[in-house]
Amino acid sequence: MLPDHLYVIFFFILGTGFVAAAFAASWFLRPRAPSVAKNSPYECGEVIHGDSRVQFNIRYYLVTLIFVIFDVEILFTVPWAVVFRQLGMTAYVEMVIFIGVLALGLVYAWKKGALEWL
Amino acid sequence: MNYPLIDLVFLVVKGVYILAFFAVNAMFLIWLERKVSAKVQNRLGPMVVGPHGSLQLIADTVKLLLKENIVPSSADRFVWWLAPFFVAVPTIAAFLCVPFSNVWIVRDLNVGVLFICSITSVCVLGVFMAGWGSNNKYSLLGGMRAAAQIISYEVPLLLSVLVIIMEAGTLSMQGIVHAQEAGLFLLKPNVMVAFLVYLISATAEVNRVPFDIPEAESELVSGYHTEYSGMKFAMFFLAEYANLFIISAVAATLFLGGWIGFFRPSAVWFLLKVYGIISFLMWVRWTLPRVRMDQMMAFAWKILTPIALVNILVTGLLLVLKG
Repeated sequence: MLPDHLYVIFFFILGTGFVAAAFAASWFLRPRAPSVAKNSPYECGEVIHGDSRVQFNIRYYLVTLIFVIFDVEILFTVPWAVVFRQLGMTAYVEMVIFIGVLALGLVYAWKKGALEWL
Repeated sequence: MNYPLIDLVFLVVKGVYILAFFAVNAMFLIWLERKVSAKVQNRLGPMVVGPHGSLQLIADTVKLLLKENIVPSSADRFVWWLAPFFVAVPTIAAFLCVPFSNVWIVRDLNVGVLFICSITSVCVLGVFMAGWGSNNKYSLLGGMRAAAQIISYEVPLLLSVLVIIMEAGTLSMQGIVHAQEAGLFLLKPNVMVAFLVYLISATAEVNRVPFDIPEAESELVSGYHTEYSGMKFAMFFLAEYANLFIISAVAATLFLGGWIGFFRPSAVWFLLKVYGIISFLMWVRWTLPRVRMDQMMAFAWKILTPIALVNILVTGLLLVLKG
């Protein structure tokens, strides 16, 4: 039996190869006729107005922060979910406390208005 | 039984199979989507190329292959060029542990569910790279929205997957299917809730109506892939439909019993369930209107996430009391 990692790595190589092969095939076949107007960013045919990297609403950042917290917590919960039937009530009570703290964080973010979009 | 070379040959053959399935399946799904949308809107859809337009997608692929590659002049060229890889490669890699039948699985990793969930969430990186690298206002807006939406709905999605992991006690995809041989998880009320949460979040994960804010055509042209043409655009399109397949395959495996069915071959049952879910999602897409950005984010954080959290506690309590 080959190690699992080899399969994962092979599939990444496979995927990269597939995309690269598709790009290469199109590189050989496609026409090349660039022009200034064609290469300008699409803005519904208008002349480009200003830079597109403008300041963004802080909400995007807040949502990302909350997501990072939740994602890490979920990652902690996964090993528990796999084995908790063997561990019984003790493990369950511990997880209630864990998720309780997590829920408290969500309630706090909610009350502070971090979940309001406008 | 230890012949690494033979294993390696089998691995390569399976890899080629998966690539063929990846391409053919995505082409079939695009055709199906056009046909379903046509039926919903009382049109015929593609009819000219092949019987009932069944060869339309081959014609489209050839067309996209022959299209000029337009590089926007102000683009961050490297990021812009790399983005299709970040979208398509994880999607192909996720096929590694999709259990098509009791024997048809490339590798039944012991962390299968976690692998699929984590690898498909890399796609959001590619989407954002596309939005940022294009240096186009519509693309950037679409990329930002896509990132915010996908990571928000990731939380209830993973929380509802967690319910199944608790029920099955394993992360391996085949293990979860085997755990359902005695009776489907879906018959339990807490798993029904998890299934509902999963379906809604999955719709948002693959940016489909009613959650297609990132590529809302009427306001953002086509969002993060506005500046892509030819084969690069085709990669985004292929990956989108392969993602749809992956997310439905996970739903079928986790909630509907995967390849379990009444007769053999079991792969038929798996594909029936997957395409059933996909057809449902297509039906939803062409029936419902688009929701607003603030409503969508509020729905993820204020409704779905609390429901999913409570659902985990209820599931735990039920399992502990049962012993």
